[in-house]
Amino acid sequence: MSAPNKSYDPVEVEALKPEEIERMRDEALAAIAAAPDLDALAHVKTAHTGGTSPLALANREIGALPPHAKADAGKRVGQARGAVNQALAARQTELEADRDARVLVEESVDVTLPYDRVPAGARHPLTTLSERIEDLFVAMGYEVAEGPEVEAEWFNFDALNFPPDHPARETQDTFFVQGADGSDQSGVVLRTHTSPVQIRALLQRELPVYVIAPGRVYRSDELDATHTPVFAQVELLAVDEGLTMADLKGTLDHMVVSLFGEGMATRLRPNHFPFTEPSAEMDMLCYVCRGASVGNPDRPCRTCSSEGWIELGGCGMVNPKVLIACGVDPEKYSGFAFGFGIERMLMFRHSVEDMRDIVEGDVRFTLPFGMEI
Amino acid sequence: MRVPLSWLREYVDLPAGETGRDVQAKLISAGLEVETVEQLGAGLKGPLVVGQVLTIEELEGFKKPIRFCTVDVGDANGTGEPQEIVCGARNFAVGDKVVVILPGGVLPGDFQIAARKTYGRVSHGMICSARELGMGDDHDGIIVLPPEHEAGTDAVALLELVDEVLDIAVTPDRGYALSLRGVARETAIAYGLPLSDPALIDVPGPNASGYPVNVADPFGCDRFTARTVTGVNPEAHSPIWLQRRLQKVGMRPISLAVDITNYVMFEVGQPLHAYDRTRLTGPITVRRAEPGEKITTLDDAERTLDAEDLVIADDSGAIGIAGVMGGAHTEIAEAGPDSGTTEIVIEAAHFAPVPIARTARRHKLASEASRRFERGTDPQATSAAAQRAVDLLVLLAGGKADAGVTEVVAPSAPRTIAMAADHPDRVAGTEYGRETVVRRLQEIGCDVYGSDELIVTVPSWRPDLGFPNDLAEEVIRLEGYENLPSTLPKLPSARGLTESQRLRRRVGRALAGAGYVEAPSYPFVGAEIFDQLGLDADDDRRRTVRLANPLYDTEPLLRTTLLPGLLATLRRNHGRGAHDLALFETGLVFRPSGEQAAPPRLPVDRRPTAEEVAALEAALPHQPRRVGVALAGAREQAGWWGQGHPASWADAIEAARTVAREAGVELTVRQDQHAPFHPGRCAVLLAGEEVVGHAGELHPRVVKALGLPERTSAMELDLDLLETQAGGPVTGPRVSTFPVATQDVALVVDASVPAADVERALRDGAGELLESLRLFDIFTGPQIGEGRKSLAYALRFRAADRTLTADEASAARDAAVAAAAERTGASLRGA
Ligand SMILES: [Zn+2]
Repeated sequence: MSAPNKSYDPVEVEALKPEEIERMRDEALAAIAAAPDLDALAHVKTAHTGGTSPLALANREIGALPPHAKADAGKRVGQARGAVNQALAARQTELEADRDARVLVEESVDVTLPYDRVPAGARHPLTTLSERIEDLFVAMGYEVAEGPEVEAEWFNFDALNFPPDHPARETQDTFFVQGADGSDQSGVVLRTHTSPVQIRALLQRELPVYVIAPGRVYRSDELDATHTPVFAQVELLAVDEGLTMADLKGTLDHMVVSLFGEGMATRLRPNHFPFTEPSAEMDMLCYVCRGASVGNPDRPCRTCSSEGWIELGGCGMVNPKVLIACGVDPEKYSGFAFGFGIERMLMFRHSVEDMRDIVEGDVRFTLPFGMEI
Repeated sequence: MRVPLSWLREYVDLPAGETGRDVQAKLISAGLEVETVEQLGAGLKGPLVVGQVLTIEELEGFKKPIRFCTVDVGDANGTGEPQEIVCGARNFAVGDKVVVILPGGVLPGDFQIAARKTYGRVSHGMICSARELGMGDDHDGIIVLPPEHEAGTDAVALLELVDEVLDIAVTPDRGYALSLRGVARETAIAYGLPLSDPALIDVPGPNASGYPVNVADPFGCDRFTARTVTGVNPEAHSPIWLQRRLQKVGMRPISLAVDITNYVMFEVGQPLHAYDRTRLTGPITVRRAEPGEKITTLDDAERTLDAEDLVIADDSGAIGIAGVMGGAHTEIAEAGPDSGTTEIVIEAAHFAPVPIARTARRHKLASEASRRFERGTDPQATSAAAQRAVDLLVLLAGGKADAGVTEVVAPSAPRTIAMAADHPDRVAGTEYGRETVVRRLQEIGCDVYGSDELIVTVPSWRPDLGFPNDLAEEVIRLEGYENLPSTLPKLPSARGLTESQRLRRRVGRALAGAGYVEAPSYPFVGAEIFDQLGLDADDDRRRTVRLANPLYDTEPLLRTTLLPGLLATLRRNHGRGAHDLALFETGLVFRPSGEQAAPPRLPVDRRPTAEEVAALEAALPHQPRRVGVALAGAREQAGWWGQGHPASWADAIEAARTVAREAGVELTVRQDQHAPFHPGRCAVLLAGEEVVGHAGELHPRVVKALGLPERTSAMELDLDLLETQAGGPVTGPRVSTFPVATQDVALVVDASVPAADVERALRDGAGELLESLRLFDIFTGPQIGEGRKSLAYALRFRAADRTLTADEASAARDAAVAAAAERTGASLRGA
């Protein structure tokens, strides 16, 4: 403590007396500590640190002191103000934490409330399953080919080696389009299979041709648990130099592995289709029991009726007559083709038991399938 | 084709223990689709014996006539005493031979037989009907056997009750498998056993004394064998074995002569016809029918023949439709001493497949015979088949074979195919080698010559073999499809999905993401839907493609719009209790284009020309791809969060925008009146100046007519058109980081002024400083005035290179308002 400054009027520097500064500081600290909330603290802050607060006024007096006393007083006031600001900040933090804790509790909600405000949508599983099959072949280098559903008989039958009046045509349960003159034989039909797209692809594309053709086809079957007059097929056609039936088998094997997982395989059985020669029926290993149910009554399999295999569709080597009708030289080129129904695959891949559920458009059926399958 | 295993064994000496299932597996692997193996007499247990009825006592006083009989069953009952049996049938008399099952026996269906009291008597067994024995269900009465069988004889063996029958779905190319002979050949190859060919029998050579036959159409009929049998006993019946075999293949025994022709057809595959010689007038002629010629066929139907129909005729006119069905006049008479036929002419001919197929279809008259001729029969088998029939008539009917043998044969060369010996290897993608190839071809009946290049003569019963690939298939199937290797081709690089295919997927995902559920529907509609939709009489959507043979007569047309299907699906869901519905469908509609000519019949022996393909395409209707939605109920649910909102015209239009956005097209929406929409709530949707669809709320009358939920809304867009309007790649915007200046304006316009017009004017007037504009409120009321509305817009301005001054923003706003005022009569609210 320095000696008193005799040259100044002690009254004029009353505010800078150490006891006085301590009092101001203690008053401020008490007010800060007593502030019950942030609003009150804001008032305290104005009262004790604002421009008209005692400490601010005291600070202003320092300039009036003789030089030797200035530093001493400045230090004292500065320390006091520092202490007050520090206390203010601490109290501010404390009160904010209190407030946050209280407010967050007040704002808490029941997060288990349902929120079905906007409806969910879905794509039809026939669409998404077809796309999945397309995609696996597109990844191999096939392109997706398409054709019309109302089709000329030449594309649907003749060019596919169904000669007119051949019994094979009778097996197709064809819907015929009525001619403009009212005749039954207009030469136009609802396509009975996606195979006419084979012809269109061979006429439109450069060789070699590797296409997959999904689409809607029509047969005059009544709708029941296992039949529908309108259904979806996927057709594959490969025409290139040197293609073999082993390539067909490998392609089918690849497909079932992609769709159903490792260890899956296909089996070919001789059959007859006019547009393939040799022709085969294709089965795939039952993806549920993988054949374990065969001859094993303890482990019956509903998916394959304990046969071990599931019938998929027809396939074969493109009949050279089909190539000729498309102007492709069968001496140089060979090809393979297959086709199968998407509904059937949907039924066994997703345990759908009734065809009507697939075709009726009931949203309860479609919604669980979502966007992809 | 049903093939009894017991009959099959006659031609192939199968191992004794081989079951029907075993044979099934072998034949399936060889390419015959054996669908089922029926177990005849499964569960049947004797004693089942021949009995002779000794006495019949008619029991009175019951609801139906009942007989109490005593039956001699020989020693089968252990005592030799007559067996007392109660019987409800009446088609037998004292002395008849019947089939008796004794107590302890079990009939098929686990029907246990025991002595039991019935109708006041004790019945010790049962007299059996054909149905009870599983022999077929033609007759309700009991079986009466021919008299020659001894009482007490085991009837299980006599009636061949225990057997297995393979049911084979024969593909159209394998006509030869519609016979025991053909199936036996495949069985013999599959087992590596020799075949006893039933057609390999001695036949006498032709001579001039046979029944005279003229073939006027050698293309329709290249072979005709006629044989005559005289002295046929008209009372002779088919023996049990013959009847049983016919029953097992699915034919009903009729009379001995008819049964024999059917039997030989199933055995050899050659359809036969038997004529009563006394009813023939003059020579048999094979010719095309005279126009308008009539015939009464065996089924007693009178048919008017077409000039293309191949007929069998005599001097009296047509006596049969060749290869399809015989005529009633020359039919073999019912058995009996007075009316019976004693002289029979057997016809065994080879008819060309196509005329038979056409005739059978024309007269809707498919028969076992036409089925075989359509698929192609063995032309070399006619003589043998006729001989088999003659032999059986001699053996079973006491007839005498006439020495005359008629054979009319059009000259033909055997069919040969030249094939590289390694062709099957190249088709299969594996190596069989020449030796295997030759051996397999010989097994199916081919003659094979040559080394690297094989000359293969195909057997007469395989008209399906015409090309090297046909032979390759034979080799590969006999070597086993299951033994093919699994390889993958090497594909050239490809381009993935087309833009159009990608777009379709995006549209599906976008709509599903917006809450729509995809619901593909059948395209079949009836004409009344167009009335229900309120279409004008000359609306283009009434011009439809019509099916000649619809599944339902009420729905003979193909859809011209997606709405009927979508609305039907909506109604179905609604009826099942789902009320908040948003559905979509993507699919083709069918619009006839002008006067559609029938497509030309193009050849298949060469590539069609571009003109020919164009002519085919021109015969097809226009088939644009559409996308449609239908929605009803709540689009957004009410809940704890507040109000929901009902599905409306606005959602339908927004669905169209959702689709268009995926196509990169900004739709222009204009007010319109278009069925089936509410005339005040209908929008026409344009891409550029092209109309691509409509959307809105359905007309209340349509809603009522179709039984739809109120305020059902819908949208339909032409995806193909939309795609043609798709913009190019998006130009990346320059993002300005200068501050935005916001200005709100409220404009008062006539109520009839479309908001879209006001918006367009504002945009045009605001100039390039306008960053965005949004209608945030619409206000009507007395302050605005009758027939007026106030539209409140928020405009945001921003410059790329500077901070806009308040004056600049205001000037841009004023320019916008001025443009709106000029074009739409808008005035600033409060101004
Ligand atoms: Zn299984």
